[in-house]
Amino acid sequence: MTGNAPTSRPHIEVSNLDLSYGDFVIQKNLTFTVNHGDIFIIMGGSGCGKSTVLKCLIGLKSPARGIVRFDGADFWSAEQTTREAMMRRFGVLYQSGALWSSMTLAENVGLPLGEYTDLGASEIRDLAAMKLALVGLSGFEDFYPSEISGGMQKRAGIARAMALDPDVLFLDEPSAGLDPISSKLLDDLILELRDSLGTTMVIVTHELASIFSIGTNSVFLDPVTKTMIAQGDPRALRDHSPDAGVREFLNRGTLASATAPVPAQAASGGATEAAP
Amino acid sequence: MTVVSDGISDRTAGAYSVDMRPEGVALLSFSGDWTLQAKPPGAGAITSDIGANTGLRRIGFDTGALATWDSTFVTAILGVVTQSKAAGIDVDLAGLPAGAQRLVTLATAVPERQGARRTATRDGLLVGLGKWWLSAQKSMLETVSFVGEATIALLRFCTGRARFRRVDLMIALEDCGPKALPIVTLISVLIGLILAFVGAIQLRQFGAQIYVADLVAIAMAREMAAIMTGIIMAGRTGAAFAAQLGTMQVNEETDAFRTLGFSPMEFLVLPRMLALIVMMPLLCIYANILGIIGGGIVGVLMLDLTPTAYYVETIASVSLTDFGIGISKSVIFGIVVALAGCLKGLQSGRSASAVGDAATSAVVLSIVMIIVLDGFFAVVTSVIGI
Repeated sequence: MTGNAPTSRPHIEVSNLDLSYGDFVIQKNLTFTVNHGDIFIIMGGSGCGKSTVLKCLIGLKSPARGIVRFDGADFWSAEQTTREAMMRRFGVLYQSGALWSSMTLAENVGLPLGEYTDLGASEIRDLAAMKLALVGLSGFEDFYPSEISGGMQKRAGIARAMALDPDVLFLDEPSAGLDPISSKLLDDLILELRDSLGTTMVIVTHELASIFSIGTNSVFLDPVTKTMIAQGDPRALRDHSPDAGVREFLNRGTLASATAPVPAQAASGGATEAAP
Repeated sequence: MTVVSDGISDRTAGAYSVDMRPEGVALLSFSGDWTLQAKPPGAGAITSDIGANTGLRRIGFDTGALATWDSTFVTAILGVVTQSKAAGIDVDLAGLPAGAQRLVTLATAVPERQGARRTATRDGLLVGLGKWWLSAQKSMLETVSFVGEATIALLRFCTGRARFRRVDLMIALEDCGPKALPIVTLISVLIGLILAFVGAIQLRQFGAQIYVADLVAIAMAREMAAIMTGIIMAGRTGAAFAAQLGTMQVNEETDAFRTLGFSPMEFLVLPRMLALIVMMPLLCIYANILGIIGGGIVGVLMLDLTPTAYYVETIASVSLTDFGIGISKSVIFGIVVALAGCLKGLQSGRSASAVGDAATSAVVLSIVMIIVLDGFFAVVTSVIGI
């Protein structure tokens, strides 16, 4: 690792965050800090509200209560225009990639550049080609999203998210639906981008392999108590978390001292998923 | 688990019997095939048989005569187990095949989650009415704010500040214009023909065939051209808009616009609305011409009018005001179609059927609005006397 390893400068501070859809509480009392250069993992069983937390951090869903700060600036109580300016410092990789299907990869990456910079068309195209080359998609500039594989779409999504050289990159289940090799390559890419550009990464995932290989800090959300039950380096949590459920999750349910039956996690998650 | 072969002939349907033993013990014996194809008795029959016995404390199983079994058997056993548990009766699984024992244990390992089961409740009339009113209020509010945002986007476009891709506008223009010509051609000629036929039969009785030209020209110019192009565009373009935007909603593409600070209103709705505002009046003029030609065909071939006479009568009968009314209506209808399609698309839920519903309701909303607005126009024009 180079000089862009995690620092102790807080980048995103979340305090007492409550999230709900109407009366239906998703998560409550979330308090955590993401430092500059962190690869921060938001984890938890399926349906515990990980993606909703992410939606709140990227400005798509307002919280019921609580404060989100980016570099000390309050995000949700800011004016619409200020908030939009703050959002421009984010990059987001959506779960499905969410590439604009009517545009080629180069146009996908180039659109934010065209709108927010004064660059000419050929410069934008060069920059887009460079970003695509960074994620290993050299030569695919003129392909449409539907013409490439799922793993390539994810990588193109990262290229688009990186288009404006964001300070923080949010990734929603980046390795979902990818084979182990593509998933590993994606992890390497995330590490590489963090190391070379110093970008803070916030990743929603439950892929244990990538949690341990890239995560530097994490928060564990519980679907039953609807709040965070653990926080810290995922490797330390795996071995030393005081909560048996967290250790069990991080050890794929094979914890010898586990008391709860194995399928409990999956079953309890499924029911929340169906909620509004 | 025994895998079932498909030999239907050599199968005996599953059967069971309940033997009461002393001290409140019941022995459930199973025989034959308990498979999906063999149609064995269901859990309900067994549990009601058991329930008929009073003073039951314990249930055991005997599966010595059971030939093959699959999940139907496990479901039946599970029914017995669940009901017995609720009634405080012990169930001894030892008599079951080992595989079935494991499956029953697995199915009962995780207790049902509190509050997860959906229970169907029927609302009373007043509750239903109240809910309907609240949702109607919400959707009205959404529609009004959507129209407001669209107006702001249009004003921003007029002052040159709106941001969208020019190529999107070009694609929408092509889609709403040239690509719609064939169907507009067909429908307009047919409408002209139909109007002329309807008029011809009546007018011929008075020897006033020549007035077919007036009838067709005035009807096309004031009403039919605008309405028919509106309805055609609602069906082909409005539905397409709703489906496109709905699919983008499903793929999180609209979210991607929002987080990058692009307004979906300017990026997605504005080009589509502009395309229809530009193309609808052109299509309306085109439909006028073709409708009049269609009427002329009937006039010349059926009523023995000369093309010149028909032309002269047409020119004399309609004024520019008539065309103006039709064309201005077509602009309004274009806006209605674009807004209904985009609104329903952006409101679409995140599933395949939600996108279908969005397209359907976009078409229904557009057509209803077109007819209602046309009625409004008819009243207004007659009151101000044009």
